Amino acid sequence: MNIHEFQAKEILKRFGVAVPQGIIATTAEEAKAAAQQLGGGVAVVKAQIHAGGRGKGGGVKVVKSPEEAADKARQMLGRNLVTRQTGPEGRQVRRVLVEQGLEIQRELYLAMVLDRAQSRVTVICSSEGGVEIEEVAAKAPEKILKETVDPAIGLAAFQCRRLAFALNIPSELTGKAVAVMQGLYRAFVETDASLAEINPLIITKDGQIMALDAKMNFDSNAFFRQKEIVALRDLDEEDPREVEASKYDLSYISLDGNIACMVNGAGLAMATMDIIKHHGGEPANFLDVGGGADKEKVAHAFRILLADSRVRGVLINIFGGIMRCDVLAQGVVDAARELKITVPLVVRMQGTNVEQGRQILAASGLTIISADTMAEAAEKIVTAVKQF
Amino acid sequence: MSILVNKNTRVLTQGITGATGQFHTRACKEYGTQMVAGVTPGKGGTSFEGIPIFDTVARAVKETGANASVIYVPPPFAADAILEAADADIPLAICITEGIPVRDMVKVKRYLEGRKSRLLGPNCPGTITPGECKIGIMPGHIHKAGSIGVVSRSGTLTYEAVDQLTRLGMGQSTCVGIGGDPVHGLEFVDVLEMFNNDTQTTGVVMIGEIGGSAEEEAADWIEAHMKKPVAGFIAGQTAPPGKRMGHAGAIISGGKGTAREKIAAMTAAGIRMASSPATIGRTMQEAMSGK
Repeated sequence: MNIHEFQAKEILKRFGVAVPQGIIATTAEEAKAAAQQLGGGVAVVKAQIHAGGRGKGGGVKVVKSPEEAADKARQMLGRNLVTRQTGPEGRQVRRVLVEQGLEIQRELYLAMVLDRAQSRVTVICSSEGGVEIEEVAAKAPEKILKETVDPAIGLAAFQCRRLAFALNIPSELTGKAVAVMQGLYRAFVETDASLAEINPLIITKDGQIMALDAKMNFDSNAFFRQKEIVALRDLDEEDPREVEASKYDLSYISLDGNIACMVNGAGLAMATMDIIKHHGGEPANFLDVGGGADKEKVAHAFRILLADSRVRGVLINIFGGIMRCDVLAQGVVDAARELKITVPLVVRMQGTNVEQGRQILAASGLTIISADTMAEAAEKIVTAVKQF
Repeated sequence: MSILVNKNTRVLTQGITGATGQFHTRACKEYGTQMVAGVTPGKGGTSFEGIPIFDTVARAVKETGANASVIYVPPPFAADAILEAADADIPLAICITEGIPVRDMVKVKRYLEGRKSRLLGPNCPGTITPGECKIGIMPGHIHKAGSIGVVSRSGTLTYEAVDQLTRLGMGQSTCVGIGGDPVHGLEFVDVLEMFNNDTQTTGVVMIGEIGGSAEEEAADWIEAHMKKPVAGFIAGQTAPPGKRMGHAGAIISGGKGTAREKIAAMTAAGIRMASSPATIGRTMQEAMSGK
């Protein structure tokens, strides 16, 4: 789960990481008042959407007066901001963050991520702040510095000092740098984050170290103990079908094609998308109904798939282990009748109670195309969609 | 021979009184697995279908000689269950639970360092040596005893591959699901090394997916050490970047962990790659015949 920049900054502040003074605004008038409250001088108006690349997309503007802050906010609010991460349709801007203007001396990069190969949290930092870290990794990998954290100890001060010296942070600011790094580590761990990134981390002319931007992602597996974080979720920023699916504990991701698929198991679901493509079709989604899906869950899944107006065919691929094929078949038949499905439907089932399942499909009187293997199923749906 | 589990493996179930624990303990027992004990704190002294239940893993091990544990404990408590199994020096702990916070698994991995226990999973189907011992949630009937080792990050996609192998007459020595979480126990390399040393195993199917770099590391190891033919498949060739594809570990981030990179690394290591998930069995057959 992602959150907005202003929310991430509120979290960082709680953990002792300095951030610029800022006020959130939802109208041009509020933006003007915010700029006045910040002193009426130079300020920055920043569009709040869950996507990077806002600066280049015109979503970050430096202003010199409260009036100008109002103008810029008016230009952003309610409009769709297009960045390289939003796709061509962009994202609607519902709020802007108005922040004090700062005199920046240096821009650095600081982040915490999970290093999967080490199974530990790793601190990543670089003297090249303000640009994407992937770009630095590609062009100047020697400028990326890392420290791996022992979970039994936490991020040690000496590790932070080592990074601070390597970044050439002035020695009188080492203490502040250590505090920022340890604060970010504690914020990462205590909120069950999967990414905490400050880019840029700035050193101001008056010797402050501050998070000028902040991005945090969270581990959804930990939501049961992170109620405050869950409350920060902004459903406006998510695909409505993905939100709907999550209500029923279905794992759904919207894609660009026209063949919807319903599968049990994440690996098999990805493989099903792959085989559709392999046979010349385009998958409309990833959907894992999970191991123990019942009739109702199958029906919900069906409804979500068919709500996508681009869908021209449905492929169901189930390998019944815990899930019984007869239960699945009954769910499919009920849902297909209720929703009066008009697009071609191919069902491929294997595993537990497969014969009973096939009988249910055959006896239903519905036009369901049956397939024995994954390859056959993919060929049949691709052909059917072309003819539809 | 086989790897990890065989007919002598004595299994205890942690979380035996929950619905999932009961369902799969029964199914594994019916398959022929020696299910010797259960653990549910507070339910010690009772039993489940003739299987004695204990309050602690240490007690269950002492009383029954269990040498493998399977964990169906819900996510908030699962990491603690793994720690308890490791503390009791259980040689093999298999965690089926899906949805354990990554932070908990980071601590678990640290705790396991230098200990005797090996962890399989979490978020995995378990492991099976066909005809001898099934620990986990896979359907037993699709498996057949034989000489192909299977190692995979996936659940149902593994069943698909096993089913293809069995239909082509290729039985399996042992099938191992290492799980779809970013932080987990046994890695591809650990399991590949066991298959390499196992006299019964003559070839290996390796099924990976997008995210992380475990497949690339496995490819390096295979190129340097593997003496047996390997067939492979990577799921997620059509997955978009930045989206978590069901498994917490299946995400392309920062342009890394793509199927294309993994397939290239595995092909370069001499692994015969199936271009479609429908041809995993046939690809193994071709690799075995050396065509």
